[in-house]
Amino acid sequence: MVSEATNTRKKSVLWDWLTTVDHKKIAILYLIAGALFFVKAGLMAVLFRIQLIAPEMEFISGQTFNELVTMHGTIMLFLAATPLIFAFANFAVPLQIGARDVAFPFVNSLGFWLFLSGGILLSISWFFGGAPDAGWTSYVPLASREFGGIGIDFYVLGLQISGFGTLVSGINFIVTIINMRAPGMTMMRLPLFVWTMLITSMLIVFAFTPLAAGLALLMLDRIFDAQFFIPGEGGNVVLWQHIFWIFGHPEVYILVLPAFGIISEVIPAFSKKRLFGYTSMVFAVLIIGFLSFMVWLHHMFTVGVGPIANSVFAIATMTIAVPTGIKIFNWLFTMWGGKIRFTTAMHFAASFVPTFVLGGVTGVMLAMAPVTHLYHDTYFVVAHFHYIIVGGIVLGLFAGFFYWYPKMFGHKLNETLGIIMFWLFYIGFHLTFFIQHILGLMGMPRRVYTFLEGQGLDTMNFISTIGAFLMSAAIIVLVVNIVYSALNSERVTVKDPWDARTLEWATHTPIPEYNFAQTPQVRSLDPVFYEKIHGNGEMKPVEPLDEIHMPNGSILPLIISIGLFIAGFGFISFHLDLFISPYVFIAVGGILTFGAMAARSLQNDHGYHIDKETVESMEKELS
Amino acid sequence: MADSVDVSKGLPANPEKATLDGKNKFLGMFVFLAGETTMFATFFGTYLGLRSGTADGPVAADIFQLPLVFIMTMILLTSSLTSVLATFAMKKNQFGKLKFWMWMTFLLGATFLGLEIYEFVEYYEHGLGYTTSAFASSFYTLVGLHGAHVLFGLGWILLLLLRNRKAGITLTNAPKFYAFSLYWHFIDVVWVFIFTVVYLMGIGG
Ligand code: HEM
Ligand SMILES: [Cu+2]
Repeated sequence: MVSEATNTRKKSVLWDWLTTVDHKKIAILYLIAGALFFVKAGLMAVLFRIQLIAPEMEFISGQTFNELVTMHGTIMLFLAATPLIFAFANFAVPLQIGARDVAFPFVNSLGFWLFLSGGILLSISWFFGGAPDAGWTSYVPLASREFGGIGIDFYVLGLQISGFGTLVSGINFIVTIINMRAPGMTMMRLPLFVWTMLITSMLIVFAFTPLAAGLALLMLDRIFDAQFFIPGEGGNVVLWQHIFWIFGHPEVYILVLPAFGIISEVIPAFSKKRLFGYTSMVFAVLIIGFLSFMVWLHHMFTVGVGPIANSVFAIATMTIAVPTGIKIFNWLFTMWGGKIRFTTAMHFAASFVPTFVLGGVTGVMLAMAPVTHLYHDTYFVVAHFHYIIVGGIVLGLFAGFFYWYPKMFGHKLNETLGIIMFWLFYIGFHLTFFIQHILGLMGMPRRVYTFLEGQGLDTMNFISTIGAFLMSAAIIVLVVNIVYSALNSERVTVKDPWDARTLEWATHTPIPEYNFAQTPQVRSLDPVFYEKIHGNGEMKPVEPLDEIHMPNGSILPLIISIGLFIAGFGFISFHLDLFISPYVFIAVGGILTFGAMAARSLQNDHGYHIDKETVESMEKELS
Repeated sequence: MADSVDVSKGLPANPEKATLDGKNKFLGMFVFLAGETTMFATFFGTYLGLRSGTADGPVAADIFQLPLVFIMTMILLTSSLTSVLATFAMKKNQFGKLKFWMWMTFLLGATFLGLEIYEFVEYYEHGLGYTTSAFASSFYTLVGLHGAHVLFGLGWILLLLLRNRKAGITLTNAPKFYAFSLYWHFIDVVWVFIFTVVYLMGIGG
């Protein structure tokens, strides 16, 4: 490496990662943490799938089953899917819009550490009297002090902390995308992934805040004996369901829109064609984002909110199929007649399309309020949402992983191993979940830890569990691939190993910390591709090569997060009977958090400059 | 860099938005407040849904002291005005005035908070504890959350004032003062809703 910036001290590797505010490094932190949580929640699924492999198994107890299912769902949604999306967003969004970093690098790192400390707080529940056990939706009264275990306190405070991290990251993305675009990068030239992240971030702002409010109410009920959800004292349990689903339904789109975005980047890149119907794609995303707030009640059809409300929300729900259909057709038309290269990324992207359609079809079925009583809380629902979540979001994440990997880590993943992994995963996925549609129609209820013999459910449950094993095998192949490729792959030294289209492929590999030595001029949608055809293959700079201003790293985000972790634990410990008083934890945590915030606002931090000579020599070495 | 604005001839007309950093803070604050609005809306919804759930405890009309709340409202509204005067001073590069009006804002805010604490103690003594009923819980949570926001704002402005005692108005601190004043207006607007939805509707029916 070229000697780094001017007035920063040399740091150890560990310290560097703990204090980094570089969006590319934060992306890698999100990637690693998200992947670990993904594996963990996946293993939980395997455990309870083993319990369901045969009738009346006694592999795990009913209580453990409840805890595993709850943690599986909660971790997958909040601590695996969301951070993995943030990994790609952090990595790609600033590059795709031609920025040197995000708008608030400090806040960016804060977002990561909050997510992680909330996640760890949730996870240590196993050691303090049991994990949350009321389902990822934590419905009251099941989750109330009276019926729910101590784990729910961990659920409430863990999600509160990590949700706050998600919120500040969302704000950061919005400001970055609106204010930091390179000259010429108009809104209607934004890559689709950036568009979806913009809308996703808005959904985060408007959905995670009701969640925060709901979690606060539940916490107050459980820890401070408030009466929000206690009917005998004037409270109301359906209130929780409204608040939860006003958050919960948009949450699905918070995850799936970025997956749409990734697919919309990968398919054109490997079809060697411009994305078909760019404008309609953008509007489809906007409409989906808006409608996602209008449909929450479809999760409550069986609660008894009345026929009018049910009808309105049923129709609103089905309306979402229209913009989604537009997107599906545009992807198909993009591939149509294109020069398709079947890379691993393209395998995942192309297979996303039919699987997602299947999930959409069962979604419309579920939206029919009168019929939904048949499916409600059966495996049909489980099958439906896994077609969306795994067959949509996870396939999209894998596509993005294989696509951006060379830019992130400087070498490609092995394609043969990649394709083996793809088929294992894809077949395993359908084995696990397709059959659950039928199980559901036969009446097998979800969240029940065993079933009886002779009801015709045995074979299909067996197959479903085998499918889960195949998916696990796929993940093992992926790990092998990562290790193998790190040892054997050639270093990528070109800027654009895929012959791709968007601006992130205009920087060097590895990417210097400042991304672009000179801010590029954007002249078209797909700017890199445009310069290949109409220019000399290089982006035109808008500024002379000069010194570059960069933000300083900081340990304060980590300290703030540790403080909140300790304080959060303090609130939980009101019910824990430890030898240290809860108030000690709360005070220590509060002092750390607010102290670090005060330190931040009193500090004089103007960042540092990388001088012109250093930039020049770095650029020369990389090209 | 985009944030190298020439200030040799004095500050630009809108110092809070002259740099990219300032623009980011400005937009970021707006987005943050949009989120806060949604959060408060959820608490308002909760309150409206539960306000008749008084169990056998006191009801709103028994307990609310409108004159006191009215005085509190006036104080908070005035503090919004003083923070506007502070931003006017900022745009005219009058640092002394900026500080003066910000200190006034601080004092008014602190008075408001003191009165709110007094109010809660009063209600508690009249039998409305936090756990008395769903109405009580949702009332104290909504109004208390607003109070917590006031407290946070007070800490914020205090730090800003101490940190910039001698700095003069710069392109670095102008966006910070401005972001604070946006936050403060927001707190004020939320209070107007609380005054209407909680207190007036509570007394009126
Ligand atoms: C990869 C293999 C996976 C397997 C084998 C699997 C299996 C299951 C099963 C059998 C259930 C049913 C629980 C029940 O209702 O009785 C379940 C629930 C759930 N899964 Fe998965 N799942 C997988 C991946 C995922 C992923 C990737 C996500 C999200 C990103 C996810 C999110 C959920 C959620 C939200 C629930 C509901 C939990 C609850 O009812 O509280 N799953 N999973
Ligand atoms: Cu929904």
